[in-house]
Amino acid sequence: MSAFNAIGEEREIDRDEYTPGVEPQPTWCPGCGDFGVLKSLKQALPEAGKTPEEVLTVTGIGCSGKLNSYLDTYGFHTIHGRSLPVARAAKLANPELEVIAAGGDGDGYGIGGNHFIHTARENHDITYIVFNNEIFGLTKGQTSPTSPKGHKSKTQPSGSAKTPLRPLSTSLNAGASYIARTAAVNPNQAKEIIKEAIEHDGFAHVDFLTQCPTWNKDARQYVPYVDVQESDDYDFDVNDRAEAAEMMRETEDVLNEGTVLTGRYYVEDDRPSYSQEKHAVGEMPDQPLAERYFDDDAEWERSYDLLERHT
Amino acid sequence: MSDELIWRIAGGSGDGIDSTSQNFAKALMRSGLDVFTHRHYPSRIRGGHTYVEIRAADREVQSRGDGYNFLLSLGDSFARNPQEEAYYGNEEIKPLSENLDELREGGIIVYDEGLISEEDVEEVNLHERAEENDWHVFPVDLRGLAKEHGREVMRNTAGVGVTAALLDMDLEHIEDLMSDAMGGDILEANLEILHEAYEMTREEHDFEHDLRAPEGSHETEQALLSGSNAIAYGAIDAGCRFIAGYPMTPWTDVFTILSQNFPDMGGVSEQVEDEIAAAALAVGASHAGVKAMSGSSGGGFALMSEPLGLAEMTETPLVLIEAMRAGPSTGMPTKPEQADLEHVLYTSQGDSQRVVFAPGNIEEAYEQTRLAFEIAWDYQIPAIIIYDQKLSGENTNVDVEFFDRDPQPDLGSTLTEEELREAAHDNSGKFKRFNHEDAENGVAPRSIPGQKGGRYLATGNEHSPVGHISEDPDNRVAQMERRLEKLESIRAELDEERDSTQTYYGPDDADYGIITWGSSQGAVAEAIERLNAQGHSVKGISVSDMMPFAEKEVTEFLESVDEAMVVEMNATAQFRGLIQKELGRFGDKMTSLLKFNGNPFEPAEIVEGYEVNLADEDRQPTAQVRIEPAAGD
Repeated sequence: MSAFNAIGEEREIDRDEYTPGVEPQPTWCPGCGDFGVLKSLKQALPEAGKTPEEVLTVTGIGCSGKLNSYLDTYGFHTIHGRSLPVARAAKLANPELEVIAAGGDGDGYGIGGNHFIHTARENHDITYIVFNNEIFGLTKGQTSPTSPKGHKSKTQPSGSAKTPLRPLSTSLNAGASYIARTAAVNPNQAKEIIKEAIEHDGFAHVDFLTQCPTWNKDARQYVPYVDVQESDDYDFDVNDRAEAAEMMRETEDVLNEGTVLTGRYYVEDDRPSYSQEKHAVGEMPDQPLAERYFDDDAEWERSYDLLERHT
Repeated sequence: MSDELIWRIAGGSGDGIDSTSQNFAKALMRSGLDVFTHRHYPSRIRGGHTYVEIRAADREVQSRGDGYNFLLSLGDSFARNPQEEAYYGNEEIKPLSENLDELREGGIIVYDEGLISEEDVEEVNLHERAEENDWHVFPVDLRGLAKEHGREVMRNTAGVGVTAALLDMDLEHIEDLMSDAMGGDILEANLEILHEAYEMTREEHDFEHDLRAPEGSHETEQALLSGSNAIAYGAIDAGCRFIAGYPMTPWTDVFTILSQNFPDMGGVSEQVEDEIAAAALAVGASHAGVKAMSGSSGGGFALMSEPLGLAEMTETPLVLIEAMRAGPSTGMPTKPEQADLEHVLYTSQGDSQRVVFAPGNIEEAYEQTRLAFEIAWDYQIPAIIIYDQKLSGENTNVDVEFFDRDPQPDLGSTLTEEELREAAHDNSGKFKRFNHEDAENGVAPRSIPGQKGGRYLATGNEHSPVGHISEDPDNRVAQMERRLEKLESIRAELDEERDSTQTYYGPDDADYGIITWGSSQGAVAEAIERLNAQGHSVKGISVSDMMPFAEKEVTEFLESVDEAMVVEMNATAQFRGLIQKELGRFGDKMTSLLKFNGNPFEPAEIVEGYEVNLADEDRQPTAQVRIEPAAGD
């Protein structure tokens, strides 16, 4: 018998279950792209058959970090840049949990960049949503790792001398097995992509363009957008690493010229997830580790039985 | 004739000093003696001067001795530029020449003349010094002997054979240990070398020395283990099954032991990209319902500051360990120091809300690791074990039965789904995880993700009972006071319901006190024994509870003495500072004895410090030990 009966529960799920009944109300600015992420999750989670209490949403710091204040699942609002290490450990401790990590572009591609690369490399079975608004919002408009070259801000008054980071290409090179970009202005595609990411067995990275109407006024609102799967102008195989790489590079290049390309970029379905790899080498228990602590009949090994090597 | 053997084996890193000494220490233990080992090594993979010292006697030994009485010098087979006078001079002979200063009068020297030439020996005036100090010198071609019967690397075995012959030791235990560790041709060759060296030594040399291996017996079976083993085993018995880490000396030992054992115990070990991730993983695993830990040494622990604060604010149970080495910065990576105390107590923003224990010996390391887990999960608070390179690497014998204990995997103040149904929820069905209204001892019971009826938000922001971010002043005060009440409750539990974690030495009515903490304990204990034997009246306390501080016990101790000396391995008297901060007085009663040269205290240095301090002399006890006078002196 499981100690976690919210997991795998078969029942009708109303999307309202994901909305907190009383406070808090979102504190995001009117017109903020973050609402788009929240909405797509509220749609995608019930469609994927997930109940609120089998989901753990782990966030970083920034406007995006407030996501789990407004999404009524188990939540862990961590520290700046560290949502991924917390999220992947929760998944290792209890692989049956649906674990979603989220944060902004500064959080994930800047201060947490090292964790992003390594979590992708290891292919943990979690979904990672990056709210990419190309700016630091909550700290009032500083240049971020994805801000375009030449972007002026209070901390880069003469314009940024740095080329922006390439989120999709970085993710591919690091080893993510599902990589997509969507935009808050495209809710139907966003919902579908988030759902696919949740259902993907491995590290699913969604670069989610979330316009900032307050601090990035000059930036476009990511309209018009183009879905690379639906447009006749683009033809590539999402299962082919080389073709995906080329498509990603073009997408990243044209974004700052005003063309917003979105869609699925890379999908690798047959790659084992990290816990499968770890299990294969004998370093991952068969049953979820968290269950064992609630099992009164569990047998616990003792150091006393290891002493022979010391006598 | 000495009642103790202090055997030092010296060579290059990579010469197999560790494994040879481990086996020899075990052989001495099996022969019925108490043993204590001290490891000295450089931060290099191969080459560089390294030694291990084994002290053995038919009584409890809890520290290094003063100097030593038997040197087995292998010479450094990985020496750089052995043919040239390089910058470092002739390194081959260093394992001989650099060890001479601490060798006692009448001591024995065995060196490998297959590697160290007579010419080199002349150069360091060995014969002259041997005459002055009444040393007995035995040049033996260990390398040649090993080559003849096996392979050159077996010269350690030859050295052990010579040692056993000179000390009149039975070879039985040594043979048994070799048979346990190897087999086939390798075992055969080693046994042959052992016997050949033994016989040859007895035939070719006249024994004029007095030193023999002491004889003793144990009433119960003994196990030889290190502080790192003890911490790892304490964690296993506390039900810890998740560890995340990044390699760093000396913490790596604990990480390695658990990583090797966990797969067979259904546990999970993760080596990750950095220490920020390591501590954050431990937080994530604990949040999801597993007893988890992480740890590092000073520099890596610095990176853990933020996850540590997150665990405090979200009340996530967590055990971290900090293996100190000499700082600041990279410092001296393989040398012990006790200079991270303030770092561990106060790192991370905001008021500290953590538990810190500093075990002083191997049994305490085990006990306090178990205790750290128990308190962390009962009170939902991070608990830290602070120790150092010395305790990490030293081996001593412990009663096997000491470990015959029940495991304690209990998750403390964690609710089951059944219990959650009875718990308080808000109007939208969120569990009041941080409910300050019904909290007992400051503890609000927790739920685990995946449980029905338990959802809440954990956040590093200040938060309301269900976890919503809140800056309401009334809520802030209520939550802070509740979290801080946990520390008071822990202190009360430690004082009233548990055996003291402090250790006392010497007669109760002594009027002079020595106060220490952590791994300096053994040397202090021995110094106190000697001082009392010499007619002084001295007692000691070794303090483990750094936070919440052992206020009552340290106050009683300080009130009972006229004067006190605080012994610790750092330059700024951090522990004395903590006592003054916590107790607000006694500043004029406490002198400090400080050592920070990279080597642990020897008992004689503490005796000397006491004498200098008592005589009120205006000098320092030794060239590298410092007295810091009491306030007002």
